[in-house]
Amino acid sequence: MSRTETPHRVRDGARVIAPFAVAVGAFGVTFGVLARDAGLGGLKAVVFSATTFAGSAQFAATSVLSAGGTLAAAIAAAVLLNTRYIPIGLSVAPSLRGAAWKRGLRAQLVVDESWAVSHLGGGRYDPRLLLGAGLTLYCSWVAGTTVGSVAGSLLGDPEALGLDAAFPALFLALLAGQIRGRIGVVAALGGAAVAAALVPFVPPGVPVVAASVVCLVGLRRPAGAPAS
Amino acid sequence: MRAWVLIAVVGASTIALKGLGPLVIGGRSLPRPLLGVVALLAPTLLAALIVTQAFADGRHLVVDARAAGLAVALVAVVLRAPVLVVVVVAAATAALARAVA
Repeated sequence: MSRTETPHRVRDGARVIAPFAVAVGAFGVTFGVLARDAGLGGLKAVVFSATTFAGSAQFAATSVLSAGGTLAAAIAAAVLLNTRYIPIGLSVAPSLRGAAWKRGLRAQLVVDESWAVSHLGGGRYDPRLLLGAGLTLYCSWVAGTTVGSVAGSLLGDPEALGLDAAFPALFLALLAGQIRGRIGVVAALGGAAVAAALVPFVPPGVPVVAASVVCLVGLRRPAGAPAS
Repeated sequence: MRAWVLIAVVGASTIALKGLGPLVIGGRSLPRPLLGVVALLAPTLLAALIVTQAFADGRHLVVDARAAGLAVALVAVVLRAPVLVVVVVAAATAALARAVA
């Protein structure tokens, strides 16, 4: 028996996520700035990042408030964006063992980036990579938010710096590591197509969740079923 | 007050949504046919996130400075550039496109 791979450690998770954590820290600064404009200045933005830890939902909620939307609309936007954490949570569930409180706590470290880098392929996730990556991202997200909310007025308009274009670029870098085989390409293209097609018809957030139906192309036949 | 209500409700719902799967089925294996489905979740959701973040403006599909940034990011990814380079060139391209426009 040869050992094919060394088991990952928590600090491996911190190492692989480091470049993403730098970007997420910059997004945190941006969030701190925008949150202030939305009436979540100072401590509020920091508490929001520390308790929610879901950047896209936080950006969505604050942008609704900034645009003069209601509290209910802001909450709905955030919750809809976060519904993707139901399928994401299901995907990591088999890899999270131990007591219920422990599983629930570790699940809170799941964000798009930590989830993607802890994917070993074939739907298996490494809990130590998730822990290291998740904790690192959490620290940089909260620290970034703090900087943004304290020093925001010195930084100028995030959109002029092109920071909104940095999000899809970050996800593209994550996606590149996730495409395994032709079926992965099919799933990615299908997911992109379904999401784009739905944007005009449903509230923001729903297209991403609806795109997950594309994953059904990976449904395996039960063992012993005929091949044709 | 409004802000604190937002923070409390969004925070509590996020914790619940993230914890649901691991609390209900945590540690147990998924049924075999579902394994192939779960394996494709990461590429599918990431691709959907890219499209909505680069091309959606509310309920409208638009091609703006973000698309230019994404195109340059794609070139950087194909050339196997480090993650931070990918992100920075995308932001810089979008900023440049806006400055020119």
